[in-house]
Amino acid sequence: MMRIRLPGFAPLMLALSVAVMGLLVVMPLGVVFVEAFSKGLPTYLATFQDPDAQSAIGLTLVVAAISVPLNAVFGLAAAWAIAKFEFRGKSALMALIDLPFSMSPVVSGLVWVLLFGAQGWFGPWLQDHDIKIIYTTTGIVLATVTVTLPFVARELIPLMQDQGSDEEAAAVTLGAGGFTIFRTITLPNVRWALLYGVLLCNARAMGEFGAVSVVSGKIRGLTNTLPLHIEALYNDYDFVGAFSAASLLACLGLVTLLLKTILEWRFSSELSVARRR
Amino acid sequence: MTAQAWPTPRPPARLKGWRERSVLPGFPLALGVTLAWLGVIIVLPLTALALRPWELGPQGVWTTLTDPEVLAALRLSFGLSALAALLNAPLGLLIAWTLVRYEFPGRRVLDALVDLPFALPTAVAGIALTALYAPNGPLGTLAARVGIKTAYSPLGIFIALVFIGLPFVVRQVQPVLMEFDRELEEAAQTLGATPRQRFLSVMLPAIAPALISGVGLAFARAVGEYGSVIFIAGNLPFKSEIAPLLIVSKLEAFNYAGAAAIGLVMVVISFGALAAISAAQAVFARRSRP
Repeated sequence: MMRIRLPGFAPLMLALSVAVMGLLVVMPLGVVFVEAFSKGLPTYLATFQDPDAQSAIGLTLVVAAISVPLNAVFGLAAAWAIAKFEFRGKSALMALIDLPFSMSPVVSGLVWVLLFGAQGWFGPWLQDHDIKIIYTTTGIVLATVTVTLPFVARELIPLMQDQGSDEEAAAVTLGAGGFTIFRTITLPNVRWALLYGVLLCNARAMGEFGAVSVVSGKIRGLTNTLPLHIEALYNDYDFVGAFSAASLLACLGLVTLLLKTILEWRFSSELSVARRR
Repeated sequence: MTAQAWPTPRPPARLKGWRERSVLPGFPLALGVTLAWLGVIIVLPLTALALRPWELGPQGVWTTLTDPEVLAALRLSFGLSALAALLNAPLGLLIAWTLVRYEFPGRRVLDALVDLPFALPTAVAGIALTALYAPNGPLGTLAARVGIKTAYSPLGIFIALVFIGLPFVVRQVQPVLMEFDRELEEAAQTLGATPRQRFLSVMLPAIAPALISGVGLAFARAVGEYGSVIFIAGNLPFKSEIAPLLIVSKLEAFNYAGAAAIGLVMVVISFGALAAISAAQAVFARRSRP
């Protein structure tokens, strides 16, 4: 196919694009590592010997380990219902799934405080029964789950709609049961899209800041996740510490980006249309 | 490509009853899980958000929202988000165009980097942008030399919002550009259209819906953005205090209803904006159809 190329135009567009991306996107990434290592490797490593940092890393891993599987199961269920069946109210359901994307993360945290905080709807009842949700891991998980709810479903629904249900219907006529069909036909068909969704979901779960900061109470060594620990160090003017901790999350972002790009190259046709390059 | 034997575009289903019969099993279970999860995680919490402000009474809600500090924060959040999303339109179009139309070494790396603002946790982006644009940071020093204050001012917030909004426009426009029928452009060229005419009256109408939806998504994200903004903002009331931060400070003062009122207004305005954008998009799509 002929490429319409205006002489002298391409280099200019390319230069401008690279300049915008460099200035706006690459420099912030670079500065994280420059600042983190600005006092040398020992200072960098010292950040991670702090028990508060280790507890923050641990909490972040725990929260992601709970939230991501929950939303993966939800995503699979929602995609099965929405992509394989015709029913009324489907578009309303899809709008509901999308909702967290257009809500401020702060609001995603706030809503849980309105329910379970000291003056929340269920606050007094929880207090009487000695149950704590806000300022505990439970609250952090709830806020994280809210923010990350759409990620897996959003990858699976369009793909499964595309794939249709002919294969599954054929299996039914051959006498296969529901879970067999799901395990042997549907799951293999969507595995890469599922992995893609889980990757994005996990990156967001580990990096979430706004929603978590509202419900965590920011108790050091107890309810601080890694992003909150970064904030605490930064506010203490421990910039090298803050950027060292941040470099860990930046690496998480880079690894996510790398894996996601590999999936887009290798399994393009097995991802939702929007991800095909 | 997947081999598709019978491409069956579904007509908008005319349903008898509330659902179409299907041979596939598992509908009650799947729908049950979906509804239960959405009910607990989305519907119940949002009900609290919708109802709790009214504990103040209609008058109290009005007083909360018309408080000059709240009004200033809402104006700042929505105004700067709109400006940032608008700047994202040409920037995103430029990058999408470069990625789709030109072949160059490192194109795939550049393509992957577009998603970095998505992948980088907001707190990390926040402190990184602040370090760059602070008065003693590399870019802040440059700006200060020409007398511009970047970090700790609305301009700093604006930069952060442009950063987080960029991928939305690129990723909306890119697939449309890729699918765009080159023959239309070539036809215009053979008919003697200038490059300017080709872009304005052939290209732009085709990509307008995607561009609008990218701008809309960037705007919606920017309005609620917290992590990447609060470090660079300076957070001075009436000057550089964003609406989400105000929610946090109301909560810290245990003013739940007040916090909920601001949260509710933000959700309502964002939704209104998104609805308006999808309406505009529909109009464009209809008009550009041959």
